[in-house]
Parts: sequence; structure tokens; C-alpha cells
Amino acid sequence: MTDKLITANHLGDGLVVFLTAKGGWSYKLAEARVIPEAELEAALAVAKSQHEAGIVVDPYEIETTVVEGIPVPVRLRERIRAAGGPTVTYGEAEIAERAATLKHAG
Amino acid sequence: MYRYDEFDHEFVTARVAQFRDQVGRRVSGELTEDQFKPLRLMNGVYLQLHAYMLRVAVPYGTLNSEQMRMLAHVARKYDRGYGHFTTRQNIQYNWPKLSEIPDALAELASVEMHAIQTSGNCIRNVTADHFAGAAEDEVADPRPYAEILRQWSSLHPEFVFLPRKFKVAVTGAERDRAAIQVHDIGLHLKKDAEGRLGFAVYIGGGQGRTPMVAKKIRDFLPEEDLLSYSEAILRVYNLNGRRDNKYKARIKILVHETGADEIARQVEEEWERIRHGALKLPQGEVERIREYFAAPDTLTALPPSPALAIERARDPEFDAWVERNTHPHRIAGHVSVTISLKPIGGTPGDATADQMDLVADLAKRLAFDEIRVSHEQNLILPHVAKSDLKAIYDELVVAGLATANAGLVTDIIACPGLDYCALANARSIPVAQRISQRFGDMERQRDIGDLKIKISGCINACGHHHVGHIGILGVEKKGEEFYQISLGGSGDENSSIGEIIGRGFSTEEIVDAIETVVDTYIAKRESHDETFLAAYRRLGQAPFKEALYGTA
Repeated sequence: MTDKLITANHLGDGLVVFLTAKGGWSYKLAEARVIPEAELEAALAVAKSQHEAGIVVDPYEIETTVVEGIPVPVRLRERIRAAGGPTVTYGEAEIAERAATLKHAG
Repeated sequence: MYRYDEFDHEFVTARVAQFRDQVGRRVSGELTEDQFKPLRLMNGVYLQLHAYMLRVAVPYGTLNSEQMRMLAHVARKYDRGYGHFTTRQNIQYNWPKLSEIPDALAELASVEMHAIQTSGNCIRNVTADHFAGAAEDEVADPRPYAEILRQWSSLHPEFVFLPRKFKVAVTGAERDRAAIQVHDIGLHLKKDAEGRLGFAVYIGGGQGRTPMVAKKIRDFLPEEDLLSYSEAILRVYNLNGRRDNKYKARIKILVHETGADEIARQVEEEWERIRHGALKLPQGEVERIREYFAAPDTLTALPPSPALAIERARDPEFDAWVERNTHPHRIAGHVSVTISLKPIGGTPGDATADQMDLVADLAKRLAFDEIRVSHEQNLILPHVAKSDLKAIYDELVVAGLATANAGLVTDIIACPGLDYCALANARSIPVAQRISQRFGDMERQRDIGDLKIKISGCINACGHHHVGHIGILGVEKKGEEFYQISLGGSGDENSSIGEIIGRGFSTEEIVDAIETVVDTYIAKRESHDETFLAAYRRLGQAPFKEALYGTA
């Protein structure tokens, strides 16, 4: 049986959040509660009530492994999502990165 | 360009107030997500992989400097300092907070912009040739008709809950730069033997999981019948389009399953009923709308620019940029300029707020205050005097916007993919970036010539891979990203759907595979003038298959 995490988006800012051990939500994957299969149903019920209370949107469970105490979601999609942003730099940072690469190459 | 009248102002302002109330009720818990979701989608607000996403309409891709400055302002104030220009000539912001979106929309409304009908099963933003009103080969400007369609389709009560979304594109030239044959309705504005304006009407084109090239159901529809005929098409679709299966709900499936001849018959039958009614376009109204799009009075013919010739001879990079990134203009001494949003190794279609401001500034000072968004995710200055090209180029260089690659192998269309999109199965942007780097050498790109690579991160095909000369589709296979290559697609007046060449490639393999395809073309082309697409159509899959897989 794989361990699970419960994730959702925060209603107000839309950002990705994880259900924590205290029953709250955190933007940090490291603070996510790793949920054994047997406890999943109860945890999902909590998450669903938070959806209904208008705190988060559309909670769902994802499969995870735990590496050195930190959860690492199994699917690539969930790893990217859990990272809180794209795998590429964006905006001004992207321009700076390309400039640095060019400088390095030149 | 079109300016709002009192009705438009009132309508958009009222819509912002309505949405503000809906957001307020959602945040206070009065509305559930199930109740709120269709409301937010009607206002262009999605919940994506990482955050909310706001899609703002740029009607037929046309905007002025004030509007572009506002897009920059919204990027700074409500987002993370950048925006993403899309294949539907719109802009998307990736990080707005729900509670702030009504404020952003209110600011956008102050410059006549909105997000209405940028999502949902309605008639979406009408797209048009990005060189409209400027191109030398144009019969007439398609944008007045796009605007008429916008007014007719905005909150059209009969068509706000269609079986599925509905996209209309219009072109005014034989050379189709608006990909009309892969739209639900494609309109080709032309003249008949008597010189009257009208449209060839195509329906049932589209990409997604079931790509189809549209069928022409009428060779010439008089201008005055545009709305009644469109209404007849929409009515036949609305009544008969499938609502039982989301994946079979687009008009292309209806046309395919019923047959184009039968659909055409039904459309004509319905049209006969309504064509002499209220939807007949009064000539005066067409003229009134057309006047909004008239070129500025100061846009007059100019003699050849000796300074330009000198500068081109002096600066080979500038010369290359003029060669690739300018397009012939109908007024002597002018061109349309493509501002590439495809820097080598960059994210296709992204622009920072500062870059948007610069483009706005250039448009205001040197380009008759007009800007376009192209469906190929670049920006266009449609009216530029040739004598101003060097000044514009120099400023674009400083801002990193002068890549001389319009239409070349690094001018890649890519959807946001798994880096941003909740629906994606694989990433698109990093693949685009790596291909761009691989072919980054400008001399090599120019030697390869016209070549459109288009990348989608899932079967929904937002990256138009089906009509890429080389199309790349990202899929998930056993938890890994895989990329399927198709060849020979095209979205122009000779549209075709690309053919899958064989098994997919891993993330590590895909760039090499693309290079193999390109090298095969170079080796097999009859001359430098035979483009990739022409060579593929002559050669077929065999040599490419052999090069990729070692078997014919």
C-alpha cells in the first residue's frame, strides 16, 4: 500500500496546499501529513469538509513516497504541482537566466 | 480600431460588478465551488495546476498602446510580472488571486478590455489574420466582420450553452494566416466576379483528440448575410451537436458523422427561414464598423528608404531581421513587423511587463499606435515605415525582442503544458526550449528555412501539433513523459493534419529525433527553395521513418 497525501488549491489565492498533521493546510510539501491507507477515508472527509467550508478547492489524494522524511509524490504531475511552480524559470528570472547562459557560452 | 460605444462600456462595467459580487459570495461561502465554477469560467478564470489563471480577450488580436500598457500593468500588479500570449491571440496570467481578479478586470475595462467568453461552451474570441488591414495581399480587412461577429455573439442568449466551445476565424487574403480551416467556422473574405465582398464559409475544422480539416459549405456568402448564415450554422449545431459525450460534442464531429452535404443542406434550409429577417447587415452599419478600422490618415505612401539599404548593408544581423521579421505592406514604404516572442531557449509566447511596455511605447511613437497578437504567439507592429525599422530594431535588441526567427525552426508554438496546465500529460515548454537551443545558430536556421514546429502537452492540442510541419505531442507512458512526432501538418490555405511517424521518444531522445527529421529533409530536399513541407509532401513518410527507426 502506498502512502497518500491530500492536496487542494487554496480558495483565495489558488495556490497548491497540503493537508497537515494538525488538520490545517500548508503551502509546503514538507509539512504535508503522510497518510496511511487505513486513515485515508477519515482524512478525506476532513478535507472535503474544508472544501465545503470554502477554505480550499477540490481536495484529492495523491500517492507519495517518503525520502529522508520528506514526501515525494509518485506522479510527475504531482511533483511539479507540489513544487509550487513550473520546472522552467519565468518572467524577469527567465531573461536573466538566458543572459547568464549566453555569457557563460560566450 | 474599434472603440466602445456607450452600450459596450455599460455592458462590460456591469459584467465586472456582477463578477465582483459572485467572487464576494464565493469567498464568503455563499456560493459553492460547483455553483461558482461556471460563473468564473464565463469570466475567463480557470483553476490551473498551480493557481488561478485569467485569460483576457484580445479581440481579433488587435490592441493599441494604452491597452498593451494595461496588460503590462496587470502583469505587475496582479501577477508575477509577465504574461503568456496564446494561439487564440489572447493573453493569460498565471498567478492572479481570486479576490483580486475583479479589480484587475475593472482596470482592464477602463481600456475596453475584458475576459468575457474566453472560456466555456460559447462562441469564443473571434480570431483574424494578424496582418489584417496591412497585408499587401489582402482583399479587404477581415476585422470589421470579426467585430460584427463579436457584437452578435457576445452573450447571445441562444448560444451561451452550446454543446461545446465554438471558435470562429476570419481571413481577408488568399494566403491563410489565421488557420481558418481548423476552426469551427472559418471565413475567407473575398470578392466575387462583380467585385462584391463576401465569404467562403468553412465549418467543422478543429484539432483536439479528433483533428479535422474544415469542409467548405458555401463558396460565396454575400457580406450582408454574415450573421444570418452564422446563426443558421450555430442553430443547426446547437440543436444537433452531441451533448452526451464531451469528446464528441464539437461541430466537427457533427459534420463528420452527418456528412458535410447534409449539414450544408440543413444550414441552408434554416438560413432560408431567417435570411431576410433582423440579422441582415445594413450596409450603413458595415461601413460604420469599417471606419473604426480604417488606417490612420498619416499612413501614406513613402519613397524607398536609402538609409535602410545602407543600414542593412552595414549590419548583417539587422539585415537578417528585416528579411525574416517584416511582411509586405499594402502602402508603399511600409512593412508589418513581427516581434518574436521566441528568443533562443525562451518560453514561447511569454513577455515580461517591461517588454510589453516597450512594445507599447514603440507602437505609440513609431507604429501608428497599433499592435497585434499573432496566433503563432508573437507580437506584430502592423504599420511601420521602412525608414523607422532600424530605430525599432535597436530598441527591440536591448529588450531581447529582436530574434530574427519569424517562421523559422525556432519560432515554435508551444502550449503551457505540464508546467502550468491542469490537463496536460507532459511538459511542452522545456522541449521547445531545448529544440530552440539545438537549432539556435541563426545561419543554420536560415539554411533550414520555413519550418513550423508545434508542441502540445496533451491530446487537446492547444499547441496546434496536428498542423505543425513537425508536430510534437506529449503523452504520459508508465509515469514518464513521451513525445510523439507527426509530420506534414499545415494550418494554411492548404491545411492538412500531420501523420504520426511511429513510436514516441523519451524526453532525452526527442530533440535528437527532431534533429534527425530536419537533417533528413536537408539531405533529401531538391533545392534550398524546397521547403520542409513541400519536401515531405513529395517524399512521404518513408525516408523520415527510416532515418528515425532504421526501417522503411
